[in-house]
Amino acid sequence: MEEKRVLLEYADQINPESAADYIKVGGYKGLEKARAMQKKDLIDEVKKSGLRGRGGAGFNAGMKWSFVPQDAPVKYVVCNLDEGEPGTYKDRIICEKNAQALLEGMAICGAAIGSDQGYIYCRGEYPFVVELLKNAVKSAKDAGALGDFDIEVRMGAGAYVCGEETALIESIEGHRGEPRFKPPFPGVAGLWAAPTVVNNVETFACLPYILVNGAEWFAGIGAAKYPGTKVLTLTGDINNPTYFEVPTDYKLRDVIYKLGGGIKNGKKFKAVQVGGTSGAFIPEENLDTQIDFDSMGAIGAALGSGAVLVLDETRDIVDTVARITKFFEHESCGKCNPCREGTFRMCEMLHKVNEGKASEKDLENILRLAKVMRKASLCGLGQAAPIPVESTIKHFKYEYMRKLV
Amino acid sequence: MINLKINGKEIQVPKGTMLLEACRQAGAELPTLCYDEDLRLAGSCRMCLVEAKGRPTLVAACVMPAENNMDILTESEDVVEARKVILELLTARHKFDCHVCEKDGNCKLQDYCYKYGVKESSFAGEGPHFYKEDPNPFIERDYDKCIMCTRCVRACEEITGADAINLEDRGHHAKISTAFNGILADSTCVFCGQCVMVCPVGALTSKVSAGKGKAAQNEKVLTTCTYCGTGCTLELNVNEGKVVGVTSNRDRKYSPVNKGALCVKGRFGWDFIHSPERLTTPLIRENGELRPASWEEALSYAADKLKGVKEKYGPDALAMFTSARVTNEENYLAQKFMRAAIGTNNVDHCARL
Amino acid sequence: MTNSINELENDAKCIFLIGTNTTENHPVIGYKIRKNVRKNGAKLIVADPRKIELAEIADIYMRFKPGTDVALVNGMMNVIINEGLLAEEFIKNRTEGYEQFAETVQKYPPEVAAEITGVPAEDIIKAARLYAESEAAAICYAMGVTQHSTGTDNVKTMCNLALLTGNLGRPGTGVNPLRGQNNVQGACDMGGLPNVYPAYQQVSNEANKEKFEKAWGVPLSGKNGWTLTEAIGHAHHGELKALYVLGENPMMSDPDINHVEEALKNLEFLLVQDIFLTETAQLADVVLPGATFAEKEGTFSNTERRVQRVRKAIDPIGDARPDWQIICELSTRCGYPMEYDSAEAIFEEIRTVTPSYAGITYEKIDATGIPWPCPTVEHPGTPILHSAQFSRGLGLFHAIDFKEPVELPDEEYPLILTTGRNLFHYHTGTMTRRASALDEHRPYNEVEVNPVTAAKLGIANGELVRLSTRRGSIELKAHISEIVNEKVVFITFHYKEAAANVLTNADSLDPTAKIPEYKVSAAKLEKIV
Repeated sequence: MEEKRVLLEYADQINPESAADYIKVGGYKGLEKARAMQKKDLIDEVKKSGLRGRGGAGFNAGMKWSFVPQDAPVKYVVCNLDEGEPGTYKDRIICEKNAQALLEGMAICGAAIGSDQGYIYCRGEYPFVVELLKNAVKSAKDAGALGDFDIEVRMGAGAYVCGEETALIESIEGHRGEPRFKPPFPGVAGLWAAPTVVNNVETFACLPYILVNGAEWFAGIGAAKYPGTKVLTLTGDINNPTYFEVPTDYKLRDVIYKLGGGIKNGKKFKAVQVGGTSGAFIPEENLDTQIDFDSMGAIGAALGSGAVLVLDETRDIVDTVARITKFFEHESCGKCNPCREGTFRMCEMLHKVNEGKASEKDLENILRLAKVMRKASLCGLGQAAPIPVESTIKHFKYEYMRKLV
Repeated sequence: MINLKINGKEIQVPKGTMLLEACRQAGAELPTLCYDEDLRLAGSCRMCLVEAKGRPTLVAACVMPAENNMDILTESEDVVEARKVILELLTARHKFDCHVCEKDGNCKLQDYCYKYGVKESSFAGEGPHFYKEDPNPFIERDYDKCIMCTRCVRACEEITGADAINLEDRGHHAKISTAFNGILADSTCVFCGQCVMVCPVGALTSKVSAGKGKAAQNEKVLTTCTYCGTGCTLELNVNEGKVVGVTSNRDRKYSPVNKGALCVKGRFGWDFIHSPERLTTPLIRENGELRPASWEEALSYAADKLKGVKEKYGPDALAMFTSARVTNEENYLAQKFMRAAIGTNNVDHCARL
Repeated sequence: MTNSINELENDAKCIFLIGTNTTENHPVIGYKIRKNVRKNGAKLIVADPRKIELAEIADIYMRFKPGTDVALVNGMMNVIINEGLLAEEFIKNRTEGYEQFAETVQKYPPEVAAEITGVPAEDIIKAARLYAESEAAAICYAMGVTQHSTGTDNVKTMCNLALLTGNLGRPGTGVNPLRGQNNVQGACDMGGLPNVYPAYQQVSNEANKEKFEKAWGVPLSGKNGWTLTEAIGHAHHGELKALYVLGENPMMSDPDINHVEEALKNLEFLLVQDIFLTETAQLADVVLPGATFAEKEGTFSNTERRVQRVRKAIDPIGDARPDWQIICELSTRCGYPMEYDSAEAIFEEIRTVTPSYAGITYEKIDATGIPWPCPTVEHPGTPILHSAQFSRGLGLFHAIDFKEPVELPDEEYPLILTTGRNLFHYHTGTMTRRASALDEHRPYNEVEVNPVTAAKLGIANGELVRLSTRRGSIELKAHISEIVNEKVVFITFHYKEAAANVLTNADSLDPTAKIPEYKVSAAKLEKIV
């Protein structure tokens, strides 16, 4: 199976900043079409396409938009370009190859919910993308392509939690990056308490193609319940550590062995972590799973951001997971008890295991804590932080057992 | 109206009612640390978690509006386990010196650990490491006891508007801090002690009261502040016949003007009551010096002098300055004394000063 | 206050603060104002010679020259009238004296007011519009307005502003003096004034006199007595021979302390009743130890007229006694027996002669205090005055011209000294200087001086300096700050070691209220070499 390039079809063939280049290859036709439609019809069209969020939750995009109250005087469209999951860089690639599609997608969303102001929240580690996007917005505005829809690019300051949509909103508002409790959801009370749609880059960038080619066309690509393409980024012990755009019914094994060219240095496969650092570790026996959201969910994993981290047979799972717990300990915002203290204690205990100082009792405590973090944390960060721990204890328990005292 | 089930009991609440309140109405009081009805909701301590059947995660009742057909369990196995783990996580970072703690017996952490049988933490790694001396005479900030409920931050911002404190750093290392992690005296702090008022544990206490009586052992007498004209209600804390501190009542009914909020003078300026400089006996000037005298002697002497002046010069040769600080009853008697007993209207006070 | 404190948090849409440093002198009211501004978006106008804390969040801050209140507000009213922002219906139906008043105000177009006050005309115009166009605008003031030789004029001018815009008698409006002492309202209500019996019944009115003669069973004098400041003068001149001072400290609080000391020493007999050996008590012939608020029962009436309970928490210290008991003993020994079982028994008597308190009982205020007037037991109290009509019927406009303060800066005394309080101390410091934490935090007096002035005089921050007026001089530390402008210096009157009232003027009294002009004295500041 080959890649299927939709978002990245003209990668490296057009100047991503240039609205003129983008228009030459058919750009801004989708927006034109969207603006000619009734809002409700537009939202229905997006719903019908089956487009689901290309971030963590996989929520139906049209459905999300339909929650926005039509009569609110001010509404916002916010693009999540915080892309903080280690190993993930697909949104950056989309910006670097096809930034205008993102802008068009945001404007389409604006047309659907009745908003004339968009914000792009770009992670602080991407200063060059901020520049690129600012130029792209200027180019689009100058060309009159966005009409009266305005987009402001905001830069984050390096907090992983700001990829969580409500923490991202707090950050745009100038506050400490901490998630809000939900409800109210951003669709009802988001940025500056106004109804706000937050989607990520990839989700927005799909929209122009859905509008131009029709909802049925999109719904027909890839997995039925999670249609379209997905940009994946390969990292780790793999021969081709780069990005690919594939239909969502693509199998994980093909990602690694066909597109990825197999394990580096002729070593054997041990595990793959999909969806970034908060993703589950997947063993060999589950490799024949489709990458779509629901298929991954069925094996206890998550497609998430589309990061694919491959570990070869020489990798120490416990050591890897201990490092991951350090990451979460560092990135927990500190708002809720289970995450703030949980990530810290989890990190302590994993390092204890890794250093060969832990007992079976510690392993029990780890699982006890993991469960409570998952069930009791305020936001996705704390809820997902124990997943790598739990999934490796499930699939690679012997690696833990051999380190216990 | 919203219909839902709480612990198997059908209940109806108005739309917008939070589960915390709905549970209360259904007879289930939930534990809370960060919740404060006068402050913006935080939803962060996760102690009021309940199980909503069919939902993958537990929900925090203080921030979750009741929805139709919810089926809520307030003490299910998962819920109790979550609360225990949270308490164990908090106790792992909390300095346990209850025997010498001002808040002993009046501490939410203590109460919940007792309720859920948390004796020690399964997560005891690095212990408390947050203490930082703050050289001010009013507020003891022992963040080794802090449980990060952020009620102090919200009270500072929302009640007083001083914005002196907020969170610094992230995760476990997050702590309550002034700007640039300095001391309160260098911040915008006005030492109103609203933070002390809302702290559910012993992290913020009054230095003026320290060692004079544990909160739970003090008798509280509701009264009106003796300083400015705002008329704030406060509670004098009494222990063994001495005033040992001031707290406040946050019920609008008992504290109609200030609803518990006080200023630095009201909350921390009470110990003049037991100043060694207090006058404890009448004094009479003799040979240019004031000497102690009995009440009988002093009163008779004073009355004779006043009568003498009145007889010699007439009532208008006498005057009284009554006081803007004594009670209505005393002011009434003071002017009655001058008008009826002495016979002059020469009575005034410092209303103008 | 015509209105209640919580309206400043919940109901007022615009708050005009003049001559009140609310966050330091009435901190809890300050919190409420700040909350209303931040949370509800209420508009805030601050007029004060000092750039006080609330000026930071004000929509308009007017730094006006001390003593020019009338000119400033006349300027605002000039704008309101000429731009047609006045409440015509209200003026027609509920006021009188408008014509003459409006004529006077015509003399103060904003440019003229700007010239007198030093506030830019456009700020006066903006402030006028903001206040007048608000649905509910409240005026709050404190001693910054009253402690002037024109204090009465200043207050009447505030009333004019409220009348002109109909900002009276509704929630969130009013003319609201913020009173500085716990029971200054009650002391006035109870007749602790030389011209009135309880509830402001004039002593010169024969019917009132008869009523009280009947109630108290003795003949009374119908002649107005002396005010406090007058009494000091009379002591000086030898007409006052004996003075009974209860819980007051004129040796700190009254203007020109050296003058006060001479006056008190001139008395034949000085009786002081207090909780500490105050500066005044040190001059006494007899000192009687009274009780603090923690040691007795009773009531205080706050600035919003709310009568609230004071409860005994502990027994009086040592041999001290509740002040009401001491007065009773003294009165009895003076031949007029007073016997009450309790503070409540006194209150019951108060109710019979004080119509505004008649409906208040200890039982009714056990939990929540009640604002007077409360004429009957069934009456819930009156949070908002003048909602249907004014006490005199129609609200009276006063035509008031600006008058300069008595003592203006000159070559020898080039600065304006203005006095007040800080957050951490109260009045003459009798209590707060003996409250360990408060005094540790703010142990000494400071003079606030503008950096430009300080630089001219070669004064460094924290340096000991000499501040003098025609009455005397004190030495204290300089606190260099832009809170005051180049022509103004500020000190507090809490500290006996550097007592502000050594410097103030006993001769510049308001002719009606006899209030001293604490807010304006000509002063000079010197480096100590």
